[in-house]
Amino acid sequence: MNRFTFTRSHSIAEALQEVSPQNKTRFIAGGTNLIDLMRANVERPDHIVDITHLNLDEITLTADGGMRLGALARNTDTAYDENVQRRYPLLAKAILAGASAQLRNMATNGGNLLQRTRCYYFYDTAMPCNKRVPGQGCAAIGGVNRIHAVLGTSAHCIATHPSDMCVALAALDANVLVTGKEGERVIPFSDFHRLPGDKPHIDSNLQPGELITAIELPPGDFNKNYQYIKVRDRRSFAFALVSVAAALQIEKGMIMEARIALGGVAHKPWRDKEAEKFMRRKTPDEALFWSVAEIIMREAQGFGHNDFKIELAKRTIVRALTEARDRNTPEPLNCYTYNRHHHY
Amino acid sequence: MENVSVDQQLSRDIFLSFKRHGNFEPIRMKEVVEKKSVPTSVRQTKERNLLPVHLNVNGKNYLLHLEPWTSVLDALREYLDLTGTKKGCDHGQCGACTVLANGRRIKSCLTLAVMYEGVTITTIEGLSAQGKLHPIQQAFMDKDAFQCGYCTPGQICSAVGLLNEGKAKTSDDVLELMSGNLCRCAAYNHILEAIMSVMENENNADPK
Repeated sequence: MNRFTFTRSHSIAEALQEVSPQNKTRFIAGGTNLIDLMRANVERPDHIVDITHLNLDEITLTADGGMRLGALARNTDTAYDENVQRRYPLLAKAILAGASAQLRNMATNGGNLLQRTRCYYFYDTAMPCNKRVPGQGCAAIGGVNRIHAVLGTSAHCIATHPSDMCVALAALDANVLVTGKEGERVIPFSDFHRLPGDKPHIDSNLQPGELITAIELPPGDFNKNYQYIKVRDRRSFAFALVSVAAALQIEKGMIMEARIALGGVAHKPWRDKEAEKFMRRKTPDEALFWSVAEIIMREAQGFGHNDFKIELAKRTIVRALTEARDRNTPEPLNCYTYNRHHHY
Repeated sequence: MENVSVDQQLSRDIFLSFKRHGNFEPIRMKEVVEKKSVPTSVRQTKERNLLPVHLNVNGKNYLLHLEPWTSVLDALREYLDLTGTKKGCDHGQCGACTVLANGRRIKSCLTLAVMYEGVTITTIEGLSAQGKLHPIQQAFMDKDAFQCGYCTPGQICSAVGLLNEGKAKTSDDVLELMSGNLCRCAAYNHILEAIMSVMENENNADPK
């Protein structure tokens, strides 16, 4: 870890003032990703600004029937908030599927969005990585790429975004509220994270010097028929190989509206609005779900060690949609559980 | 140890000074010797960026002078001599560093001490009160829930945090909610039994 100077900010204006083009400055809240990246010498900020005293940790209802999640609210508090659990159980479940209890206690909502890939070549400063050093090359392409992306990749980067919370936020059409020296703006969730393209060193469209203040969830009726499935090598405390957030609005046996987003397969949560449109006004049966899976994965490309993700994603999509459809009682959301005893 | 030449004798004290400093940038041998001769509570060097940090640990208030990169874990172990909390991975992956902050379990390796002013920190050393073991500590002994003991302080603090959260209802829940604490000796079965026994006692004592 490099030496750095440290300061604590007590207002947003103060925090924004700390960012200057001369200094490499990072905001710190939970620190669960930043400190890890600094220990690996991947992040080497000169200056660190503690933003935990900025009063951005409230979880509130909004007038239109949605919710506002403060950027500094901890993941645990967000997942266990009774309104989040009642209105957006998909989000609560996805948050609880991530990390471990201790990490969820420390991690903040804003930080969850900004966490960086866990690609082990990104973490290894002895290996070439275009995300770490533009132009250096990508060791994952042609390397051991089991955990890497199969959608939206480029010749420069095949990293994935590791978050579970973000997959649910993508499915729920959240908005990210940010503020900077030029004022406030709203970034729709699908525009927040980027695809790698030829600039994989830029993870998101948050501009330097901007601060996430809140995440807003629109009102919606996705709290009855939903499912979040996380497929991973261990029963817990591991990142997703593939994850699926699915939600359906079903009336008179027909899908009125569908949402589906994938994690573990791309540089950002993968939302396919074509597939969602395809489901409208159709009967939610297995044949439909397989068609949806084929649509979503139509451009998927494996890189040698992650080819299995393509079929795995299709099956997980079908299973998630089926279980969303069949959910008829609310589930307790005290922790992430997944019943592995279903047979399909 | 990038900046120590191979033919230099690396004594344990110098190694610990590297650890204490928290990074591996070049340290002149002279600087290391000076640190050795100065008590840890009084360090004044012009080049060092020391911040005053007030920590409340196990009911006591301390004023430390720390570099900003000092983790809570290093503050506890290296500056307060509270070595009960262990450094397993220093990356937030093993949970051996778990302590309680305002009753909430956190991984102390992954956060900066300077950010924990005004927080009530409880370590394994602070779990017993007036010579009486915490029920979790007692249960770990009764159920033989440790072998080498290295993960144990973290397991115990994590279990106390789990009970405080009040979310675990079944043994599956406990397994899921304890997943942040690894045990290479695989004492998991007995750790689960120990925690379940305390949970069941709590439920019997306080039927809701």
